[in-house]
Amino acid sequence: MARITHGIACSHIPALGVASDFDKWEDPYWKPIQEGFAPTQKWEAENLPDVVILVYNDHASAFDMKIIPTFAIGCGESYKPADEGWGPRAVPDVEGHPDLAWHIAQSLILDEFDMTIINEMDVDHGLTVPLSMVFGKPAKWPVKVIPLAVNVVTYPPPSGNRCWALGEAIARAVESFPEDLNVQVWGTGGMSHQLQGPRAGLINAEWDQMFLDKLSGDTQELRHIPHIEYLRETGSEGIEMVMWLIMRGALGKETRELRRFYHVPASNTAVGHIVLEPVNGEVPPSTTVEGNNAAAQSLID
Amino acid sequence: MTDKITDIHAYLGEFDDIPGTRVYTAKRARQGYHLNQFAMSLMKAENRERWKADERAYLDEWPMTEDQKLAVLARDYNRLLDLGGNIYFLAKVFSTDGLSFLQAVSTMTGMSVEDYQAMMVAGGRSPEGVRSIKEHR
Repeated sequence: MARITHGIACSHIPALGVASDFDKWEDPYWKPIQEGFAPTQKWEAENLPDVVILVYNDHASAFDMKIIPTFAIGCGESYKPADEGWGPRAVPDVEGHPDLAWHIAQSLILDEFDMTIINEMDVDHGLTVPLSMVFGKPAKWPVKVIPLAVNVVTYPPPSGNRCWALGEAIARAVESFPEDLNVQVWGTGGMSHQLQGPRAGLINAEWDQMFLDKLSGDTQELRHIPHIEYLRETGSEGIEMVMWLIMRGALGKETRELRRFYHVPASNTAVGHIVLEPVNGEVPPSTTVEGNNAAAQSLID
Repeated sequence: MTDKITDIHAYLGEFDDIPGTRVYTAKRARQGYHLNQFAMSLMKAENRERWKADERAYLDEWPMTEDQKLAVLARDYNRLLDLGGNIYFLAKVFSTDGLSFLQAVSTMTGMSVEDYQAMMVAGGRSPEGVRSIKEHR
């Protein structure tokens, strides 16, 4: 049986990718961030999963305005780093896990999450920067990755509540996969930042820390934060934090914080990072007809 | 904290109450469709070449409004947000100009790049007083 072992959340600021790719970590501006992630890199090497389900958003790279999927899951064999206008990042290709991804996709759809299935796409900094922050600069990424892209660009994005519930459905899907696999779920993006308009540059450290605090324990308060609160308190791009709630939902009823890092700024943005462990990984059972239909469930590969 | 959105008009109406912020709503996405797709086209090197050779001619290939074209030529990013531009798409324009996010974003704030960067290093812009126009908080 596959199991979810840990959850990680991490900002995916493009400038962090630049700092990694061009070896700027010794620069005084970047050094605190490098030091903040160094213990996680060590921890991750000792707790390496087989697969990471990596929740992120695309930034006008694989998806333009032609197609805007709310939730999309990558079921492909591999993904190349996207050319975001200045050439692709010099990082390894991302290897997928099509069997687990298709299994999750089927399970989620029967659970009434109407996923978009992506078999071919390039992945941008939203996905590759967290890999760099947690794994550094290996010749090959040490895990397989299932990309899970969320629309947080065009309003309305999914609610925090829906994201949390999707996480719970992902947990049910992983648990029913017969292969013996350790799986981590990562939520990326955030924390407070605003990249547009006269209010650009907004940072709300107090709110960000509140959010980090409430990711652990058994509180479900975060799932009820409305979009307008993210917008007012954390800047127009702070809404990316709803993606962290997919990770949190997947960890079940109660979690424990293993480590945390918070730093302002990287470019325009507050860098937030947390590692969580499930204490009680229980999630509610499926509420849907097909989710409880033995015949439908037995069709899932 | 509440997750009960009962009225889409009230939900959208609240977005106009945030100072100095244009939320990228469906209405803006519709208004800015061709503007954003023009910007997206600059992801391709051959298009960047043609764009740099003659910006106006390149813009005239797109069914954009004259206002949108003029705002692109002027690199007036606040105006472009008002005309339906989205920052991640507009980023293709300023990246082609060789500007970083920080440099381009600072132009929308009325601050110099140096002052803006100094503000960020000092902890960023406080949310105090810029949460709500109506409520002055």
